[in-house]
Amino acid sequence: MMKRTLLIAAAVLGLSAPAFAAGETPVPPQLKWSFQGPFGTFDRAQLQRGFKVYREVCASCHGLSYVAFRNLSQPGGPEFSEAQVRALAAEYKIQDGPNEAGDMFERAGRPADRFPSPFPNENAAAAANGGKAPPDLSLMAKARTYERGFPWWITDVFLQYSENGADYTAALLNGYKEPPAGFAVPAGGHYNEYYPGHVIAMPKPVSDGQVEYPKNEAGQPQAPETVEQYAKDVTAFLMWTAEPHLEARKRLGFQAMLFLIVLAGLLYFTKKKIWARVGGEVEGHATPPMTHNP
Amino acid sequence: MSQHSTTYVPKSAFGQWFESRLPVAGLVHSSFVAFPVPRNLTYFWTFGAILAFMLVAQIVTGVFLAMYYTPNAAMAFQSVEHIMRDVNYGWLIRYLHANGASMFFIAVYIHIFRNFYYGSYKAPREVLYILGVIIFILMMATAFMGYVLPWGQMSFWGATVITNLFSAIPLVGETIVSYLWGGYSVGNPTLNRFFSLHYLLPFMIAGVVALHIWALHVPGQNNPTGIPIKSGKDAVPFTPYATIKDIFAVVVFLIFFAYWVFYMPNYLGHADNYIPANPAVTPAHIVPEWYFLPFYAILRAIPDKLGGVIAMFAAIVIWVFMPWLDTSKVRSTAYRPTYKFFFWVFVAVCLVLGWLGSRPAEGWYVIASQICTVYYFAHFLIVLPVLGFVERPLPLPNSILESVMGVQKGGAGMPVGASAEPQSKG
Repeated sequence: MMKRTLLIAAAVLGLSAPAFAAGETPVPPQLKWSFQGPFGTFDRAQLQRGFKVYREVCASCHGLSYVAFRNLSQPGGPEFSEAQVRALAAEYKIQDGPNEAGDMFERAGRPADRFPSPFPNENAAAAANGGKAPPDLSLMAKARTYERGFPWWITDVFLQYSENGADYTAALLNGYKEPPAGFAVPAGGHYNEYYPGHVIAMPKPVSDGQVEYPKNEAGQPQAPETVEQYAKDVTAFLMWTAEPHLEARKRLGFQAMLFLIVLAGLLYFTKKKIWARVGGEVEGHATPPMTHNP
Repeated sequence: MSQHSTTYVPKSAFGQWFESRLPVAGLVHSSFVAFPVPRNLTYFWTFGAILAFMLVAQIVTGVFLAMYYTPNAAMAFQSVEHIMRDVNYGWLIRYLHANGASMFFIAVYIHIFRNFYYGSYKAPREVLYILGVIIFILMMATAFMGYVLPWGQMSFWGATVITNLFSAIPLVGETIVSYLWGGYSVGNPTLNRFFSLHYLLPFMIAGVVALHIWALHVPGQNNPTGIPIKSGKDAVPFTPYATIKDIFAVVVFLIFFAYWVFYMPNYLGHADNYIPANPAVTPAHIVPEWYFLPFYAILRAIPDKLGGVIAMFAAIVIWVFMPWLDTSKVRSTAYRPTYKFFFWVFVAVCLVLGWLGSRPAEGWYVIASQICTVYYFAHFLIVLPVLGFVERPLPLPNSILESVMGVQKGGAGMPVGASAEPQSKG
């Protein structure tokens, strides 16, 4: 009996081993995010830095088409001032029209405009990037995840771990390494530790010191100008673009939970009081329904 | 609505005038006020009310979503993002609706397994039960089509995989599939008709729910003992007893619901569905929503396509025959020691099937799915019919009252009245 159990176990392990070998992608490290947990909020300064990274690095290839300039000044986001947003929008050229003469024309951006895409259309984006269009980043932090496995997929519910996408995105940006010996990276591909299959079309996007961060009073950058920090900041920014009402959601959630718990408590005691009347002799009546055989 | 005639007489003159012309108040009174409810119901019996609440909640949130949603392949994804970003509290309504579907299924699975455990499907409640199975099938169709509407990657590929199943049907399969698609692949016509049907089916569910409640009010509710109400002492009037209990249970369920909506709104969905549908790119794993996973595992357990489709549909249709497959005279599993064991094995098999449905169809996952699928059907075709003949059930209490007052524990021969001391506070 024991022998047979061992044989089955060996068979099971043997069968699952190739699957394991195929997916030797490391698990993205779980970072500490200001927006995690039931009271999480975005760090305004971080979102502003992340936006700067997006604008100076990512925006040359990746669109942000669901985000409007005005969103940048809305509560719960980077909260730039309205004047800053107006000035920022004006730096972009937006195609508009047709005008009265029937012609399309370009004008300066307004806060109500959405971020213009870096390429006129998807084919142009693909043609300029080795055949594959760089994906829009608006929803990136919710559109990627990684396998959690047992038992974490259960504990995640109780610990409210829902930053899978953010952790993956940050890990990916940090994941550009030298390929291991014997790993052939095809032409036009780049080795990335965290990308499924390890060959990603996007080259290493950012290097240390590439983006200048705002200075604090002491004249030092407010955060380290490293790839690790850039990755974290731009990921936080992308979490906001993916879930712009995250703060409102968690705030309302707390109020709703509080209300419901108090209401449930009151109802519980009401129910108890009503049911206390039910003794051996039931008050009221109850004509038995159509009798049936047990 | 049922046998027990109403003694309801409206107090006002207008009420009496109206009642003699349309006795709707009397109907409500007999169904939801005076209706006798077994006094020993547990909280497992509150899921009917929870489900009624969820149906209304899904319809209400859905109606608001439909005001902003655009059922067009080129605009659907964008219109959902418009709801999430620009519509006031649009994110709340959409997360309520998306998570509401999962809550609906959690509640319905508890409701169904409560019915399995306490033998509620047995005579005289067969029709009531079969109406419930019909509601479940309609719910699955509604949920599937609803998940297609955001037109993300999993919407598109889930629709492709599931609609393709119908092509396995001999002779007419291809025709059915092209009618489902409105073309030669999943596309804009598919989205249009799914939206139309997704709006229609909930009202059909509401209609069958009305029949389900009607059918409930004829024999009355089953209860944890499985024995019928024999006297007024076994029952309490629906209002206020069941009403307050149901309201309390709905609010507790709402706490659970709110937790998902406000703190884990995307946990029960797929990350891939935040990528717009792209017919040229197939996701790495096409996985249905969690509530379909056990059936998906059964589908994939069979190596033959048509066989898999038949097995998957049979897994639900077999429920219809349960009242006749179960040969036991005893309703409640509480008095069936052997069946109790098999019941929990069946629950475990369903959960394992669900987990297997989320795994890729390779290696030992397939073998495990096949073993579980065989057991799933064996439960209905072997365990249920055979146990009724070989099992020795425990003695049943004489009445619901006796089971509540613990006469059995108090020792044999104790008169019912002795322990049934009135505790009425007024």
